[in-house]
Amino acid sequence: MRKFLALMHARNMEFLRDRGTLFWNLLFPVFLVFGFAFAFSGRNDAVFTVGLVGEGGSEAGFWSEAYLEEVGYESVDEGLDKLRHHQLDMLVDFDAGQYYVNDQSAKGEAVESLFLASGAGLERRKVSGEPIRYVDWFVPGVIGMNMMFSCIFGVGWIIVRYRKNGVLKRLKATPVHAIEFISAQLVSRLIIVLLTAVVVYTGSNLFLGFMMQGSYLNLILLTAVATVCMIAFGLVFAARIRSEELANGLMNLVLWPMMAFSGVFFSLEGTPDVLQTVSRVFPLTHYIEASRAIMLDGADLAAVAPNLLVLAAATGLFLLASSLMFRWE
Amino acid sequence: MSGILAVENLSKTYGKVRAVDDISFEIAEGQCFGLLGPNGAGKTTTIEMMEGILAPSSGRALFRGRPIGPHFHERAGIQFQSTALQEFITVEETLKLFSALYATNRNLDEVIAICSLEDILKRDNRKLSGGQRQRLLLALAIVNDPEVVFLDEPTTGLDPQARRNFWALIEKIKAEGKTILLTTHYMDEAEVLCDEVAIMDHGHIIARDTPNGLLAENFDGVIVKLPWESGRPLPDGARAVDGGIEIPTEDVDAALHGLIHSGVHLAGLSIHAPDLEDLFLKLTGSSLRS
Repeated sequence: MRKFLALMHARNMEFLRDRGTLFWNLLFPVFLVFGFAFAFSGRNDAVFTVGLVGEGGSEAGFWSEAYLEEVGYESVDEGLDKLRHHQLDMLVDFDAGQYYVNDQSAKGEAVESLFLASGAGLERRKVSGEPIRYVDWFVPGVIGMNMMFSCIFGVGWIIVRYRKNGVLKRLKATPVHAIEFISAQLVSRLIIVLLTAVVVYTGSNLFLGFMMQGSYLNLILLTAVATVCMIAFGLVFAARIRSEELANGLMNLVLWPMMAFSGVFFSLEGTPDVLQTVSRVFPLTHYIEASRAIMLDGADLAAVAPNLLVLAAATGLFLLASSLMFRWE
Repeated sequence: MSGILAVENLSKTYGKVRAVDDISFEIAEGQCFGLLGPNGAGKTTTIEMMEGILAPSSGRALFRGRPIGPHFHERAGIQFQSTALQEFITVEETLKLFSALYATNRNLDEVIAICSLEDILKRDNRKLSGGQRQRLLLALAIVNDPEVVFLDEPTTGLDPQARRNFWALIEKIKAEGKTILLTTHYMDEAEVLCDEVAIMDHGHIIARDTPNGLLAENFDGVIVKLPWESGRPLPDGARAVDGGIEIPTEDVDAALHGLIHSGVHLAGLSIHAPDLEDLFLKLTGSSLRS
């Protein structure tokens, strides 16, 4: 335990004093969040978006207006989710003879009056929900992405560098076991990543006021599980590679597709099935999906259990692989 | 075997290269044992097998008569030829880190005093000079109050002043009765520090004794050195060396008379007692530094 604490402390110091890395870890995600918040804040389409379930309506009157965009849904539930988050202004269910509006949406109110004026005789239902801005949707992605880079480079790349320059060899000449060294790296990085995420989130939240429907505790638990998973992933790279360049290349080879296709920047809905299937193997997809569910839909841990299970299983797999492959030299 | 450290028929091969070829020796407790030889002789490979860092291809390394086991590193202090230290932490923090890795600890103030680290305790590892760095690495090798200390070319790359300062530190550790295994390619270093030396070349040990014993065995008398034009025929008993000739002799008077008699100019002549450098030249036929 003493060895573990000493190694962890040394790694924490190294991180905190490396100002370049520290600021990059803290400021880069904040810049991204604010940048995207700014870029997408002015977007206000002049059209109403109405979801449709089932067949109905006509080619004339209300349904032919140029300001109306119609989106078809297979089920009412699917449409209601969008309506709650103000991605739809109104949802019409022809099968049940009902229509839904969000009572917190001004646009919904406007389109409803137009709809009623056209003489539709459907039953009114209402839902409630605050609008989701792009930035609310984006922030879990940024935190996840930052976590991924911090874990894989901060553990994987650093250990490869330690191996190359002989720090590992020097430790091998002491009574330290590989497991003590690795767990010290793991816990040090876990603390760093969680603190970074909390600082980035809280700092941006002061100015942007993110939507938070679920529990912060659950979000932190989920983030911890995902962080351990990412660190374990980084350890796989760190197990044997001796060259920083090779490690860098391999890490980027994995990180960039993962960043592009885990739903950090855009939703994977509507992308080709192949891509969606592939994205399921990325741990980052599961983190982002689950954290969005907690933040935007108020999901509890049971609701995100499938994502947690995938993350836990991946962690086990990565740890097993890296411990089998690990070499000091 | 009675030594604290010993190797038996130790060999290491890398592909077709036999870096260390069937060597055996032992080191008595409290001794400073020097492993000498040019670069590539197999010194580092040998010392790393004895440290339990490298696995031998055959043969074994022993500590107190037993094969090196998992607890050996608690009892040994090791300074590698080149070691990076963790960045962004200070000398003092590095000492504390390494102290925490061992079950037995020596008082850190003592370690700091022995290695003269008082003035640089708060300095970042990245900002150490070559000599300061070697002193810190030596300190790390003794934080666990080891029974044996391995030093692999600890003064390579240091300026002459720093080398002499470093020798003084090793003398202090020696004076505490610790067994030291030192590799070096500086003959003067071995003559000053070592109680016993083994000379390695091409993976073999070609001579082993106390420094004075080796010199007495191999040389009677002194060496006369003289500048010499290349191509000119050599006088009797002389051998060509870099920039001149050397004439080993037991009788300086006779040698000088012989030279004067044959009309040789004596300008630039020097006479010196043979050292390990000369011994190496004699044993291997090649200069140590080449």
